[in-house]
Amino acid sequence: MEPVFALLTGIFLTIAIYLMMSKFIIRMLMGVAILGNAVNLLIFTSGRIMREVPPVIGPGLDVPAGPVANPLPQALILTAIVISFSFFAFLLVLSWRAYSTLGTDNTDEMRVAEPDGAPPPPLGY
Amino acid sequence: MSVADLTFLALLLPFLGAIVAPLLTRILGHNAAWVLALVPVAIFLHFTGFSAEIARGEVVTGGYAWVPSFQVRFSWLIDGLSLTFMLLISGIGALIVLYSGGYLKGHPHQGRFFSFLLMFMGSMLGLVASDSFLMLFVFWELTSITSFLLIGFDHQREAARRAALQALVVTGGGGLFLLAGLIILWNMTGINQFSLLTAFAPQVKASPLYLAALVLVLGGAFTKSAQFPFHFWLPNAMEAPTPVSAYLHSATMVKAGVYLLMRLYPVLGGTPAWQIILPVFGATTLIIGALLAVRQTDLKLMLAYTTVSSLGLLVLLTGFGAPYAIEAAALYLLAHSLFKGALFMVAGCIDHETGTRDVTRLGGLRFAMPLTFAIALASAASMGGLPPFFGFLAKEEVYTALSAFDGRAIIFAVLAVVGNALMFAAAFAVALKPFIGKRIETPKAAHEAPVLLWLGPAVLALKGLAVALLSGTVHELITSPMASAIAGEARVVTISLAPHIGVPAALSTLTVLLGIGVYLRLARLRAAIAAALAAIGWGPDRGFDQAMRGLVRLSSAVTRRLQTGRLDIYMTATFTLLAVVLIVPPFLYGELARAPVFPQDIPLHELAIMAIAVIGLVAVVLAQDRLTAIVSLGIQGFSVAVIFLLYGAPDLAFTQFMIETLAVVILALVMTRLRLSPSDHRPLRENLPDAAIALACGLGATLFLIKVTEAPFDTGLSDFFNQYSKTIAHGANVVNVIIVDFRGTDTLGEIAVVMIAALAILSLVRLRAGSLRRIADNDPDAEEASR
Repeated sequence: MEPVFALLTGIFLTIAIYLMMSKFIIRMLMGVAILGNAVNLLIFTSGRIMREVPPVIGPGLDVPAGPVANPLPQALILTAIVISFSFFAFLLVLSWRAYSTLGTDNTDEMRVAEPDGAPPPPLGY
Repeated sequence: MSVADLTFLALLLPFLGAIVAPLLTRILGHNAAWVLALVPVAIFLHFTGFSAEIARGEVVTGGYAWVPSFQVRFSWLIDGLSLTFMLLISGIGALIVLYSGGYLKGHPHQGRFFSFLLMFMGSMLGLVASDSFLMLFVFWELTSITSFLLIGFDHQREAARRAALQALVVTGGGGLFLLAGLIILWNMTGINQFSLLTAFAPQVKASPLYLAALVLVLGGAFTKSAQFPFHFWLPNAMEAPTPVSAYLHSATMVKAGVYLLMRLYPVLGGTPAWQIILPVFGATTLIIGALLAVRQTDLKLMLAYTTVSSLGLLVLLTGFGAPYAIEAAALYLLAHSLFKGALFMVAGCIDHETGTRDVTRLGGLRFAMPLTFAIALASAASMGGLPPFFGFLAKEEVYTALSAFDGRAIIFAVLAVVGNALMFAAAFAVALKPFIGKRIETPKAAHEAPVLLWLGPAVLALKGLAVALLSGTVHELITSPMASAIAGEARVVTISLAPHIGVPAALSTLTVLLGIGVYLRLARLRAAIAAALAAIGWGPDRGFDQAMRGLVRLSSAVTRRLQTGRLDIYMTATFTLLAVVLIVPPFLYGELARAPVFPQDIPLHELAIMAIAVIGLVAVVLAQDRLTAIVSLGIQGFSVAVIFLLYGAPDLAFTQFMIETLAVVILALVMTRLRLSPSDHRPLRENLPDAAIALACGLGATLFLIKVTEAPFDTGLSDFFNQYSKTIAHGANVVNVIIVDFRGTDTLGEIAVVMIAALAILSLVRLRAGSLRRIADNDPDAEEASR
């Protein structure tokens, strides 16, 4: 099953990177959101795939009865989902602020910090 | 306390003094100098205790392990050479501390000055005490740094800042050459201590890397000791207060390069390369320095250029290789430290009391400053090589060494006579001209300098006389051990004031006559040299400016090329690199995934949900309006959640559902305000390369992941969690137990990240739109104006 998941992860990653290379912040944002999913799938696949058996220990048992899905990548992904959401939310508000202040959604035109034709550095001592 | 501990304490003492100096100066004012001078006096007394052993030809070493894994020690070596330097540094240092007490009296930063001065003293002591290569290098660079601080002491003037930076770049850069040279020596022999290196001298001289090591070491020595063409930083360093010029830039620091040459003489010296390179550079520096000295009218600049000239003479002698040359170098080094230190302090006295250092605006001071006049005359006589002063003995020995009368010696003897005659003229231009003739009105009404100012030069001038009169004792205690340490074999210095007739005496007389001639025609010579320099029109000093500007321009151009300020270029570069990293190495090393086995029995619903996810993704890219884009984004997110659910991860699925719902809602809220089209307005030819890079990344990731999953899986960690989550942590849901228990600290960190993001979002939302607009206009003054 892993090769199928690898292919799916590749598709997610392709779309995410394509969107992030755009010059328009809204498309970059959507790319970031998809990138989170792509990375989560990557971690999930690396931990190997198993169908329908969650890592839960049944009542009265001390260890899971029989093989279960790998719990470790799930724990990592759970953290990653929450972090990438906070990140996404922050970027979203930042882009909204940038757009309402700078009046553009094109990253080429956002040149406050590094203006075009900045003066040369001072040559004195 | 053992002698070794006391020696270590003596090396540390100046730095301790540097710490308390500012406080002490705040309490005692300029009189703190009397207390602080005890530091060098104590050091002087401690090292004087070694003189008996050293005079017997013994060598004292000691130290501690520093970096044991590299066999690097913090170790010192006290022999005739280093002891002479230590006594010079601490002895003159004490006088300089007192002198600065008077010179900078009432200066608001006098405490800081004392602190810098003592730090320099500690660095210089450490430099000459070092037995270990790395210790020498560290202290070498420390003297460059403290010299930077002292030259730039008057940091509000641009000239001082420039001179400080120039000295740091030249001498600090030279230090790097030195480091490379020392590392080559270390590699060659496996030895990193000077005291052990001498035994390997034949091996070093026969090595094919000998020339490389020599050139690198000379790179360090010539920059520090201001040899042509690196001489230009030394006169510029006269921007420093006069005590600094007297101490660093005549008596001690600039001799560090000569010290290094003398220290390495038994190892590197005596070869044809050594005997060609050193005398040629030394003689060039001698002549150029002396010519530039008589061209100046500023007292300090004249002295600075004669220092350059004297350093050239020392390098010439160290490299000359004739009998008596080493003895002459030892004598001249000692004599120069005494008379040049005194003359600088005299120049400082004149400047301090009259308000000018321009020799053409000074005259007739003999009645106003009689004591200074006497000191100046005594020092100048020593510098000019007149009996009965120590400079005379040194000069006699120099001419003894140079009068071997083979072809090579004649050239250098002629150059030495010319250089010395010019220095003779410069010495009396400094020490005689301001005092004789008609009285010229000066900016300040001249009167005798206070005791703190005349004490230092008086002691040095008297020493110049005493050392010559007691030459027998001095030779036994100082100069003979020093010459022996340099030569690496026993040498006995015998020269005394007893009259002797011969070639050296004749050359000496010639020098004096020539010097008097130059002195009488100084104005004409000055004009001629100035005209010649104007005709050349370029010097290393201007070259330094050009190099610095070029460096700034180059780095600015490179930065602009690398950091264009365009986000899409950064992104393209990053992802191109990612694609290369993912794809190229597996091809190069033949580690591509084997043909993957796609399972044939995938249930239809699983295939369907994956297909829906892909459709969602494609729809996000192609969406023409906001709503389609948002909904499509939601589709792919929910599909991922369902995939998690199907493959044994219900916790992930629930979280993903929640997060995706929230994301879609927030995105919808913001995008309605943004009124932006989600589609890409760029033409196809701009999009295609992006698509190719993205596809390469995706393909690379897929291959990578297939390769990873082909390898056998180590279930160690997962087994651990499955086994213990119930028995140790008492939780049935293994994923939850990992998050809240086994890796609870991670989760705490994660919560902190979420909180910080929330705070950042809150502040961005509440920020007033007006203040942001001013930032956008890049006009910080606007906010000031609006208040």
